[in-house]
Amino acid sequence: MDTIDEERADAWFHALSDRTRRDILRRVMRGEQSVSSLARNYSMSLTAVQKHVVTLERAGLITRRRSGRETLASGQAGAVRSAARLLAELEDVWRERIARIDDLLGAEAASLPAAPQHPPAAQHRAAASSPPRKD
Amino acid sequence: MPVTDIRHDLDALTLTITAEFAAPVQRIWEIYADPRQLEKVWGPPEFPATVVDHDLAPGGRVTYYMTGPEGGRHYGYWTVLAVEEPESFTYEDGFAHEDFSPNTDLPVSTCVSTFAAQGDGTLATYVTSFASREGLQTVLDMGVEEGSRTAIDQIDGLIA
Repeated sequence: MDTIDEERADAWFHALSDRTRRDILRRVMRGEQSVSSLARNYSMSLTAVQKHVVTLERAGLITRRRSGRETLASGQAGAVRSAARLLAELEDVWRERIARIDDLLGAEAASLPAAPQHPPAAQHRAAASSPPRKD
Repeated sequence: MPVTDIRHDLDALTLTITAEFAAPVQRIWEIYADPRQLEKVWGPPEFPATVVDHDLAPGGRVTYYMTGPEGGRHYGYWTVLAVEEPESFTYEDGFAHEDFSPNTDLPVSTCVSTFAAQGDGTLATYVTSFASREGLQTVLDMGVEEGSRTAIDQIDGLIA
């Protein structure tokens, strides 16, 4: 993960470290809800629930919008399981393949003699296509 | 580190990864032209690949299976679309049934591999594209190749 992902993960873990916030997120992932209707599920003030909603929003896990006198919250499934993340996983697959090619080439180089002393003339074509080793 | 550049195109669902190898283009080509070498680099150590058919020519097929830690086999195939030996080849990579007929329920990716001489070595470019985000998602959910599990996966579990 790069730094931005690390920061994002920090924000996510902070947001999800609280049981009420996890519960709010589960509810709004199922569909948009007003903050006041969410608050009815918990034995805490509307203000306290609003603070939890803001924390989730800052982490990019939900969005809020105003509708009349209500604040509506909805989950951002896309933020969590985004195309960016999918491509990042695919990147891992290819990075591993490239590392295995590099290993294969490295093992081969290690098993070759350090430097041919007098390459036979018949091999000049092969020698031309594989430049002299510098090591 | 052989990987030199990575580009993610989120709109086109395309991953472009560039690597430098300390071997000439012809040597890199031979890895793909030789099924025994290809299977060494295709699957991860915990899912080793076995290449069965191998016809790296336009219209040709390459078939393989990967054997999981529990002995289960995951079958796959390439349909080779274009070959410019030794500079590039293009293929579709899909899932297959046990008889290597394409499993059309699962998505197919299109891969273009290009090799260019760079000094004494090779600059390799791999471009992988998916037709849809659902396709990419399905491929990764298959767990064909388990990448490292990240914090983000744990969040997926939490809110599922």
